[in-house]
Amino acid sequence: MAQIRKSISFLLNDRTVDLDTVAASDTVLDFLRLEQRLCGSKEGCAEGDCGACTVLVGRLADGELKYETVNSCIRFVGSLDACHVVTIEHLRGTDGGLHPVQQAMVDMHGSQCGFCTPGIVMSLYALWMENANPSNADIETALQGNLCRCTGYEAIIRAAVAAASAGGQSQDVLVSEREKVVAILQGLADGLRVEMGKGDDQFFVPASVDDLAEIRLENPTSVIVAGATDVGLWVNKHMRPIAPAVFISHLDELHRIEETETGLTIGACVTYTEFQGAVAQHFPQIAGYWNRIGGEQVRNMGTVGGNVANGSPIGDTPPVLIALGASVTLRNGTQQRTVPVENFFIDYGEQDREVGDFVEALHIPFCGEGWSFAAYKVSKRRDEDISSVAAAFRIRVADGKVADAVIAYGGMAATPKRAKAVENLLTGKPWTAQTIADAQAGFADDFSPIGDWRASAEYRALVAHKLLTRFHLETTQGHENTMLKREAVA
Amino acid sequence: MTQQAKIVGGVHVEQRHDSAHKHVTGRADYIDDMAAPEGLLHAYLGLSSVAHGDIETMDLSAVQAAPGVIGVLTAEDIPGHNDVSPTGKQDDPVFARTVEFHGQPIFAVVAETRAAARNAASLAKVDYTTRSHFTDVAEARAANYPLVTEPLTLKRGDAAAALAAAPRRIKGDMRVGGQDHFYLEGHIAMAIPGEDDEVTVFSSTQHPSEVQHMVAHVLDVPSNAVTVNVRRMGGAFGGKETQSNLFAAVAAMAAKKYGRAVKIRPDRDDDMIATGKRHDFLVEYDVGFDDAGLISGVSANFAARCGNSADLSGPVTDRALFHADNCYYFDNVVLQSQPLKTNTVSNTAFRGFGGPQGMVGGERIIEEIAYALGKDPLEIRKANFYGDDGRNVTPYHQQVDDNIIARLVEELEASSDYAARREAILAFNAKNGVIRKGIALTPVKFGISFTATWYNQAGALVHVYTDGSVHLNHGGTEMGQGLNTKVAQVLADEFQIDLTHVKITATHTGKVPNTSATAASSGSDLNGMAAANAAQQIKARLVDFACDTHGVDPDQVVFEPNTVLVGNQRIPFPDFIRSAYMARVQLSAAGFYKTPDIHWDREAGKGRPFYYFAYGAAVSEVSIDTLTGEYQVDRVDILHDAGRSLNPALDIGQIEGGFVQGMGWLTTEELWWDTEGRLRTHAPSTYKIPLASDRPRIFNVSLADWSENREMTIRRSKAVGEPPFMLAISVLEALSMAVASAADYRICPKLDCPATPERVLLAFERLSAEAGEV
Repeated sequence: MAQIRKSISFLLNDRTVDLDTVAASDTVLDFLRLEQRLCGSKEGCAEGDCGACTVLVGRLADGELKYETVNSCIRFVGSLDACHVVTIEHLRGTDGGLHPVQQAMVDMHGSQCGFCTPGIVMSLYALWMENANPSNADIETALQGNLCRCTGYEAIIRAAVAAASAGGQSQDVLVSEREKVVAILQGLADGLRVEMGKGDDQFFVPASVDDLAEIRLENPTSVIVAGATDVGLWVNKHMRPIAPAVFISHLDELHRIEETETGLTIGACVTYTEFQGAVAQHFPQIAGYWNRIGGEQVRNMGTVGGNVANGSPIGDTPPVLIALGASVTLRNGTQQRTVPVENFFIDYGEQDREVGDFVEALHIPFCGEGWSFAAYKVSKRRDEDISSVAAAFRIRVADGKVADAVIAYGGMAATPKRAKAVENLLTGKPWTAQTIADAQAGFADDFSPIGDWRASAEYRALVAHKLLTRFHLETTQGHENTMLKREAVA
Repeated sequence: MTQQAKIVGGVHVEQRHDSAHKHVTGRADYIDDMAAPEGLLHAYLGLSSVAHGDIETMDLSAVQAAPGVIGVLTAEDIPGHNDVSPTGKQDDPVFARTVEFHGQPIFAVVAETRAAARNAASLAKVDYTTRSHFTDVAEARAANYPLVTEPLTLKRGDAAAALAAAPRRIKGDMRVGGQDHFYLEGHIAMAIPGEDDEVTVFSSTQHPSEVQHMVAHVLDVPSNAVTVNVRRMGGAFGGKETQSNLFAAVAAMAAKKYGRAVKIRPDRDDDMIATGKRHDFLVEYDVGFDDAGLISGVSANFAARCGNSADLSGPVTDRALFHADNCYYFDNVVLQSQPLKTNTVSNTAFRGFGGPQGMVGGERIIEEIAYALGKDPLEIRKANFYGDDGRNVTPYHQQVDDNIIARLVEELEASSDYAARREAILAFNAKNGVIRKGIALTPVKFGISFTATWYNQAGALVHVYTDGSVHLNHGGTEMGQGLNTKVAQVLADEFQIDLTHVKITATHTGKVPNTSATAASSGSDLNGMAAANAAQQIKARLVDFACDTHGVDPDQVVFEPNTVLVGNQRIPFPDFIRSAYMARVQLSAAGFYKTPDIHWDREAGKGRPFYYFAYGAAVSEVSIDTLTGEYQVDRVDILHDAGRSLNPALDIGQIEGGFVQGMGWLTTEELWWDTEGRLRTHAPSTYKIPLASDRPRIFNVSLADWSENREMTIRRSKAVGEPPFMLAISVLEALSMAVASAADYRICPKLDCPATPERVLLAFERLSAEAGEV
């Protein structure tokens, strides 16, 4: 067994914090506000949807220091070991006054009530560091996870542009002190397993994936927490204990993306953001879809593995993964088994998971030569919303006929599910509008959707049909005249 | 010395929000950020789990026994009245015994930490005898549910006769959804017990005086025992006009009971479940018109989902009627309100205060006429605008004598290139593609003044200290709108000192008493005038002093930028103040203002409820995806009337923010109750307010810089908080036009709101089917 440490240490702004009493469900936001009296970060929703609590978390990823925005309300303190937490209180200009992003927000009248403002500033700060010349679309993406109820955002966009013009990145404290921070974080990362708390407070931070497997065997009912974008709500909204919790977001091994000739193997902790590059390179057809998963903070935290593991019928990635024929590797101790993603989902709240299993990796085949592929998400609000219906289509047309069709839907059943009756009606038929019309009959066999606050059953059923039509139009006419043009034109 | 040409930060200049530097650094204190008093306790509400029923037993033993719990509070523990109704109707209990909506507060628990209190609150065992419940306004009406307050009828001419005689006539109805405020800072109050019966409450409220009176009412102490303090709110939008009473009352009760400071802050979900929202309406209309689209008669009924109590539903539904006419002259008209009780949380004030719901109903009538006649709705609008004598009297018999809508619309039409763009859109849609477009120009006329005439008063307290620095206090509250900045600009302008010399201080019932809610867009109109009045009192004394000491006439005393010119002598303002102090001049004044010339006879439905009107107009262009109903707003052009703007930067911010908020109301913000009567859209995960990417792709906002208030308002400015909200009706109508393309614009789409992608798609499908049948 690995050596055990009974405390965690991390860098908070410019000082190291050592904690020997932390409970599994302690959130970073409460820690900042209640224990550290750093009250700049605000609680607006406690579910990672408003962004008022946005902070940066820096982590050594395979030795390289990476900062990302996260929602501190659903990030757990126990997961911060050897990280650098940067809050609004850390921002300042070179003269000790306002930071260029803050100054731009003042100059452009980017705040009204001011409550969302620290979170907005942090999101814009992260953008400013990463992108010296952001487009309107980049700015909107950076702000997908931040709600403002007062300004209508226009002034905030102007501020982001002004901050970019002001520049000054090289003088920023996170740049100028980078080496120092790396040295401190390296010093904190001693490679030991962390185990803290008892009973409802207990949590583990494994030293490695093997150590995780060991912890899992010893604690088969433990709650594995990767991005916490769902588990955070169990704590904040349902007041559910999550002990013993196992925080795994720091495990470099689980963040790897390996490419083979036929596809990608990705670790369970690969975040939506980390996978974005792979999407651009290998699955450009779904780049727009990927950008609509959560907001920026959620994409930085949430993992593709977690999206599969939690088995939600409305997760964004399962339809895509099913359509691509992806499989999931489950690990139990030293044993591994691999299951097609589509078979992993058994029923609502039930997955093909034995006691002690955990999701270790996903294998995602490339789309394949000669296949057409697309995914569509329909939601009430374009960004940072949960889909009413999501669908992924992959077909191969040979000699004018559909040779193969793999179609998967989310939001249409108790689990993400293939539309097999529809697939059957398409297969062997010419890829024409008539075939699409004829195939509509299959939906009633495949799905009987429910109605809820996101959409009525009628709408879900109707849109499911229409998305197949969309796919046909897109493959035959392109999307120039068949899709909304979202680019910001201002 | 060199004389400054102008002070820094006077009126009619762009001036940043006074707290901007604190907002951006996280150093602006909201109540939850304040240093906790020693021994602070935390309260949390226990909410009902049925929509309608009597509580038979409430077993709180597990709550009481939970770790960290100090005690529980129930209706029996209330020293005074179990009531926080702002109307005096005694219909809004702190803790319900008979539950009238799902999520109604029934007890509170007080504990050492907020987490302990919240956990404990979930442990209550409550048995109910349930009764049937009605959450929907039409269902409630069908079940003969009562009205929560007296309805209003506005009547002019003979609508029935006009309708009967009209060449054309259309009847229809429209569903208008409610809206959650979604202020980013949820409700919060902190009470600190004082000596004897005293208590100090820090409350996130737009109405400190009402909180004061309600806390006194609940504690059964005189109002002079209660002090309420409000530095700022993290947004309010009407949601903190009356809804703060509950939290303040519970915190104060607990503070007095346990002799310790108590804070209460609900989780976002509980805030959305247990506090009121914008009223949903069912509008039923009957309109008579001729072939040119000229309206001869209108009869309309406005049924509102008021929730379990009256709250502000009376004036809200009144204001819906006051705005159903928008900019249009109705020759013969009868408008009725129907404020219905429902088993939902009591609805309340929200930016526009019923006006938007009335106006969107009125604009539906215009659309109906336009589609029936196959004309551009803008043509119908212009044909029916209020005009000169004979066409300038509202349904409430107030004459519209400051009408600038025709000029605004004409200018906007030209600057936005409306006609050409509409032609291009018609051509685009004629290709029958998947994407359809729509464009609409809608006007706004919004009445400014509280219709409760006595609310139109304000006070301010101004001190000039011996170093020449000025302390400003007034009865308004800061919720982000920049009221404090504007009032400070007025004061700087009065004294002719740079804005940096004016200190803005927290609203405090001990400094300015008996204040009105900061609502109805009235904040700067009322408090700006009150502060100016205080300054003028002090200045009058200073002039007398200067005349006495320098032997000059009053007109030889001039307040110049940061100096006072007395005869030929220029005295720096601080020196002048210092000498006035030495001469024992009183350097403090309480200012007061009441809006002149307004009156309202509700029984008769006649009067002049509004001091003036604020106008505006917007053109919105949208694209819809006819496969999914999803849409985007491609371009918006706004021309808005803020009179002589006190601060154009802040006013533009109000217009942009109000518009986007209005757009949210009409598009993606949907309130959804399940069959159990539970609100299921009670968090940002389920309730979708606009994001940055939802704002118009092109957004041009201008102030009508030629406009000047005809009335003697503060520096001839106009109120700007609410009117721009209704400019977003143009988005709904543009969506409607895009849908109407399904049937060659011959069928009114009757798009209910919020026009979610679902409603847009279903309407498009319906029109496509109807067009196929024709």
